[in-house]
Amino acid sequence: MHNDLFFAARPEIALGLMALALLMIGVFRKDKSADLINSLSLLALGVAAFMVIFMSGEGKVSAFNGAFVTDGLARVMKALALFASALAIIMSVHFMKWEKMERFEYPVLIVLATLGMMTMISAAGLIALYLGLELQALALYVLAAMNRDSTRSAEAGLKYFVLGALSSGLLLYGASLVYGFAGTVSFAGIATAIKGGMHVGVTIGLVFILAGLAFKISSVPFHMWTPDVYEGAPTPVTAFFAAAPKIAAMAVIIRVLYEAFPAASDQWRQVLIFMSIASMALGAFAGIAQQNIKRLMAYSSIGHMGYVLIGLAAGGQMGLRGAIIYLVIYLVMTAGVFACIIAMRRDGRAIETIEDFSGLARHNKGLAFALAMLMFSLAGIPPLAGFFAKYFVLLAAIKAGMLTLAIIGVLASVVSAVYYLRIVKVMYFDEPRDAVSPMPMELKLIIALATIFVLGFAAWPGPVVTLAQSAIVAFL
Amino acid sequence: MIIGVEHYLTVAAILFAIGVFGIIVNRKNVIVILMSVELMLLAVNLNLVAFSGHLGDLVGQIFTMLILTVAAAEAAIGLAILVAYYRNRRSISVDDINSLKG
Repeated sequence: MHNDLFFAARPEIALGLMALALLMIGVFRKDKSADLINSLSLLALGVAAFMVIFMSGEGKVSAFNGAFVTDGLARVMKALALFASALAIIMSVHFMKWEKMERFEYPVLIVLATLGMMTMISAAGLIALYLGLELQALALYVLAAMNRDSTRSAEAGLKYFVLGALSSGLLLYGASLVYGFAGTVSFAGIATAIKGGMHVGVTIGLVFILAGLAFKISSVPFHMWTPDVYEGAPTPVTAFFAAAPKIAAMAVIIRVLYEAFPAASDQWRQVLIFMSIASMALGAFAGIAQQNIKRLMAYSSIGHMGYVLIGLAAGGQMGLRGAIIYLVIYLVMTAGVFACIIAMRRDGRAIETIEDFSGLARHNKGLAFALAMLMFSLAGIPPLAGFFAKYFVLLAAIKAGMLTLAIIGVLASVVSAVYYLRIVKVMYFDEPRDAVSPMPMELKLIIALATIFVLGFAAWPGPVVTLAQSAIVAFL
Repeated sequence: MIIGVEHYLTVAAILFAIGVFGIIVNRKNVIVILMSVELMLLAVNLNLVAFSGHLGDLVGQIFTMLILTVAAAEAAIGLAILVAYYRNRRSISVDDINSLKG
């Protein structure tokens, strides 16, 4: 890393400036600007994605005295985060009109949260990591409370804020201990400092940092905010929470563990295995009793993060590649499911309980088929994409000699199939209710593409595997 | 007695623990939670400054400045959300935050 070039951070700088410009346009054009700002935000995210892919240098480049690094992993994860954020904006357009809460702040906040995510993905030191994480988190707190006239949304925001502040406090305390006992905040410096043996203070710091990050991916035992926030927040915001921040936080965990603490892998591997098993088990069992589809998706996402953690715990090329493939597939599946949830409305009201899905297949064949395929895929039934996601991480775990972890993963997948299949059963075999209202074009498109992806992945897995490979090759 | 870095660390650890307990055990109102969050962040700052002095390295103090800035933003957003919540519920008691359950 001989070069210290500003252009490593070009996409972030551009996105930050564009976010400020969007805010100004929104403020000066007053109320009628929501549609305009939506389109401009999508454009901004597109420009940032273009810059990430084509204009952020080759290989590993760093900026700001090595506090900020752009490499293969960063490029892939940033592109995914930008994609997920764009989907969250597209999905919101009609929803916000229906719920009469069109505000230009929503897309601007999404753009700012994405900026935070990109910063944390590229962080090469604890300071940049903290600043990125907070920029993302502060925007997410406001997004959760976006529907400020609704008690549930405000309560979701409040809960998310309190627990989020607690978790960033834990992360910071860990960062201060690591700084004190390793003598530096840069990941490379920490790795050198602990090579010859680790002071107990660094170990404690590492545990605190992991706890703070576990909160962001809603892994057990730091998951308690997830169901409440998912249920209370407006649905497009929930769709956003389920995808983009998880991708960014996973990238950060990969970077912290493999770049700063490779020498401590014996210690953190135990923690990851525990979090992974606990998340899979909780995701599988607690989801069964849920009646609200958004709550159910919260437990589903907790479980899925457990599987991604299997890949991280297994480590090596295979493990990390498996984890990234899992994230890509998970991103598409959740986007599809949330598009279905947003699309389902009856008499101008959103449908959120699972009973309301009954007999959906009678009137809305296409929608029911798409949702059924996505549910089968989430459950991990072959030959859909979700099966291959689990296959790659479980295979990596077996190759790494973690047979017990792999077996628990398979068992949890079987248990969680209960609630995914219940939705399919309710849609196809229960007494039909009225047809749902016709859905707008963009949601149809997202649902169709997600369904084609989960169906076609088996036939054409190449691009996703290559993408994950390109993220990992330079990294390890 | 010479005041060394370990004394600062002990005080910071105690402050941090008080902050965490203030969030977890507190049953009264949300303002107390905001104060506890602030206490946690200040404990971290104390830690960083003590280490910075001990190591003879300025990075810790720069980190502290950034944390102070972010803490101010965080408090502002926390209070804003709290106001939105109060308008809906007419209460900021922790026991009343219960409309989402499952």
